[in-house]
Amino acid sequence: MGIEGVGARVARKEDKRFITGGGRYVDDMVVPGMKHAVFVRSPHAHAQIKKIDVRQAQAMPGVVGVLTGKELKADGIGNLICGWMIHSKDGTPMKMGAWSPLAVDKVRYVGDAVVIVIADTKGQARDAAEAVEITYKELKAVVEATKALEKGAPQVHAEAENNLIFDWELGDGKATDAAIKSAAHVTRMKIVNNRLVPNAMEPRAALGHYDKAEDHYTCWTTSQNPHVARLVLSAFYNVAPENKLRVIAPDVGGGFGSKIYIYPEEIVCLWASKKTGVPVKWVADRTESFLADAHGRDHVSTVEMAFDKDNRITGLKVDTIANLGAYMSLFSSCVPTYLYATLLSGQYDIPAIHANVRTVYTNTAPVDAYRGAGRPEATYVLERMMETAARELGVSPAELRRKNFIASFPHQTPVIMNYDAGDYAASLDAAMKAADYAGFAKRKADAAKRGKLRGIGMSCYIEACGLAPSAAVGSLGAGVGLWESAEVRVNAVGTIEVLTGSHSHGQGHETTFAQLVTQRFGVPLDSVSIVHGDTDKVQMSMGTYGSRSGAVGMSAVAKALDKVEAKAKKIAAHLLEADEGDIVIENGEVKVAGTDKSLPWFQVALASYTAHNLPAGMEPGLKETAFYDPSNFTFPAGCYICEVEIDPETGLTEIIQFVAADDFGNIINPMIVEGQVHGGIAQGVGQALLEGAHYDASGQLLTASYMDYTMPRAADLPLFKVSTSNTPCPGNPLGVKGCGEAGAIGSPPAVINAITDALGVVDIAMPASPSTVWSAIHAKKH
Amino acid sequence: MSDVSLTVNGRRVSGTAEDRTLLVHFLREHLGLTGTHVGCDTSQCGACVVHVDGRAVKSCTMLAVQASGSTIVTIEGLANGGDLHPVQAAFKEHHGLQCGFCTPGMIMAATDMIARYPEGLDEATVRAELDGNICRCTGYHNIVKAILAASQAMAKGAKGKARQAA
Repeated sequence: MGIEGVGARVARKEDKRFITGGGRYVDDMVVPGMKHAVFVRSPHAHAQIKKIDVRQAQAMPGVVGVLTGKELKADGIGNLICGWMIHSKDGTPMKMGAWSPLAVDKVRYVGDAVVIVIADTKGQARDAAEAVEITYKELKAVVEATKALEKGAPQVHAEAENNLIFDWELGDGKATDAAIKSAAHVTRMKIVNNRLVPNAMEPRAALGHYDKAEDHYTCWTTSQNPHVARLVLSAFYNVAPENKLRVIAPDVGGGFGSKIYIYPEEIVCLWASKKTGVPVKWVADRTESFLADAHGRDHVSTVEMAFDKDNRITGLKVDTIANLGAYMSLFSSCVPTYLYATLLSGQYDIPAIHANVRTVYTNTAPVDAYRGAGRPEATYVLERMMETAARELGVSPAELRRKNFIASFPHQTPVIMNYDAGDYAASLDAAMKAADYAGFAKRKADAAKRGKLRGIGMSCYIEACGLAPSAAVGSLGAGVGLWESAEVRVNAVGTIEVLTGSHSHGQGHETTFAQLVTQRFGVPLDSVSIVHGDTDKVQMSMGTYGSRSGAVGMSAVAKALDKVEAKAKKIAAHLLEADEGDIVIENGEVKVAGTDKSLPWFQVALASYTAHNLPAGMEPGLKETAFYDPSNFTFPAGCYICEVEIDPETGLTEIIQFVAADDFGNIINPMIVEGQVHGGIAQGVGQALLEGAHYDASGQLLTASYMDYTMPRAADLPLFKVSTSNTPCPGNPLGVKGCGEAGAIGSPPAVINAITDALGVVDIAMPASPSTVWSAIHAKKH
Repeated sequence: MSDVSLTVNGRRVSGTAEDRTLLVHFLREHLGLTGTHVGCDTSQCGACVVHVDGRAVKSCTMLAVQASGSTIVTIEGLANGGDLHPVQAAFKEHHGLQCGFCTPGMIMAATDMIARYPEGLDEATVRAELDGNICRCTGYHNIVKAILAASQAMAKGAKGKARQAA
């Protein structure tokens, strides 16, 4: 490793613009003639639209257009779709209800977009939006998934009888039932995973610009995957053919999954730009984000875990109901299925697993992937079960886990996944040491003397990242392939541009991707630029989600670098009259090994472009493209330990220490990896202690601002103790596994295991707010 | 409509704005200073913090017309013609930012915080003082470290200057 190469703790190249106010986000974009849009949204969770009267609004000052769903439909704009087909266990396809970008006949959740109002200023658009008169006939609403399945519940979509979208299963039901029947011990729990709002700090935004002269559209949007946006906008929503639509995702202020999907607003802004003849910009208010961004989690599971007389797990049976909200968002169907049930083996050797998942429509915001997406839900199920089982069996939670760890690789689980590498005991040992697990009893006794309740909890998670082999996901119902592309352009002066489909919205790709190039050619980091986020610059690609930028995106870059290196060596061998096999590239020089013959890197680049003296038949130029399709998922894993202290008088939980020991395989930049873990843990601690999206029975979102939805703040968190171990991933050329989601996956059960340990209760609901904890303490007393 | 006159980042500027225009919108839309961000509607997130007459203010809580006559520093003017202010440099060195959206408000709040604690800062004080700034990416870990480091660096710098003056 050089000082700027792979493994180096390099400060980020992109930071300069962000710390000086030079970041360029969608809301910062200004196009001549641009107007501002406000959406009129449904105030009801469930209602028929009887009449829309826009006349008064159209007459308001500054108003350019007031457009409805009827006009949008008349122009042939398509309904939103879910891009992953799931079949129920009876073989029937999932029941997808229609989702019009602007509601036409019916609204199905508070925040459903109905009308777009466009005016000279946002203030004028807002005023005019107030003047749009919509007559609704209110219908009964249902917000809880379990209630939506009851007979006589309000019907959200005609297409999905009893609101059931699909009833799906994975694994061997008979073998699992037999394991439970013959078990020495069975642990049973009902486990709820609370609904969350992703809350990237930059609200979603879209700027649609139709250029009449060129018959061409440009969309600036807060997207994690602009090419997927262009594909879907073209192929399914009929906005424009791909060659007439450019999608740009400039600096994007956090995503966490919520910016993967193509939402109604992008579609409507593009269409409205053509309709009105002006560029149309929409930027969400925070309350709009709460109402209309895709939410995360919201599972209710009934779980049974069987053990033999030696405390080895013999079976796991999980029955989950997942709330998908009012419409099926783009990847909503794969989250509670192939990103969830396939991880239910965790780090454990479990011979029989069966998962049944029912997904349900309700009158709430659509639910889709949020940091971790299915894997946090699986980890929460397993790690709460392991904790409870250890307590019931009267054994150490650490040793029960250790006894059941998978110890040899590759390991085929009963739920599709084939784990390639790992060392779970190493992470467990590292975490226990860092947390001084052995000294906990004394710390607990000391706290008790001060009238405080101390608890410790652990969580051993595994996840599947690097999404994913295209053929594999295709066979499971995905509508897209999950490869990634890259292009490496060496300029004539030797500087290098890397064009990647991986979108960076906080992950630091402009630094880590450049480190890969520096490592390969020994050129300064400053001479490498990373280009992403623009469909006119970057070739077709798949984008950033599922911790795939390293394992898939950078692997594509590595493949393109292989090709550049091979060509550069051929040119150098020709120029230096040496054998191609003797050429090495290091420290910015192209050398003949074992001699003093060499050329500076830039001269090889220049020679490729002057083309005066190239090997016979060689094309000029030094630019290569690669598409990389992984052969397997990657399997980051680790152990998290949380120690809490609770004030029984107030119910306030303080996190005394939080330890993370992760195995991410090889690491490109440890500073950035640690930052990803910190942020993930904060979101997981947020889920466990603070965050929860709450609807009342009528479907009003009670937590629709930062006054009501508790975001983790600096004083809620400690400094984290993080470390990594490394079993390189054998599945990709870099040996990397992915680190973006681990923190959010591993941490919630560690926190809840610690709180239930402190309180001496079996379970406590997330978020374990002071009032919830205080109530649990007092319920126990009485 | 009202006339608004301000000194922003050392430059005198004036314009006309709707009475309801918030200071943050005046900075962003009238002056093109888009480094100051809007992350919420309720003055909770702090992405819009600027300095008004030397104090950290959430520019979404103030009307532009209220600020008229004030001297304002935004993230664009913090380094005052230099390369980076010590707080900016510390955020970079300690990886105190990821997506960058909350960062300008964080840095402006941190600069104000450090000025209010000339005796120095500890972790608990930094965390308590950051109550008005939300970050979703970093878990605050490296933000806290960056602010502590900047506080120390600036105290050293101030001592050095004081010695020179003496």
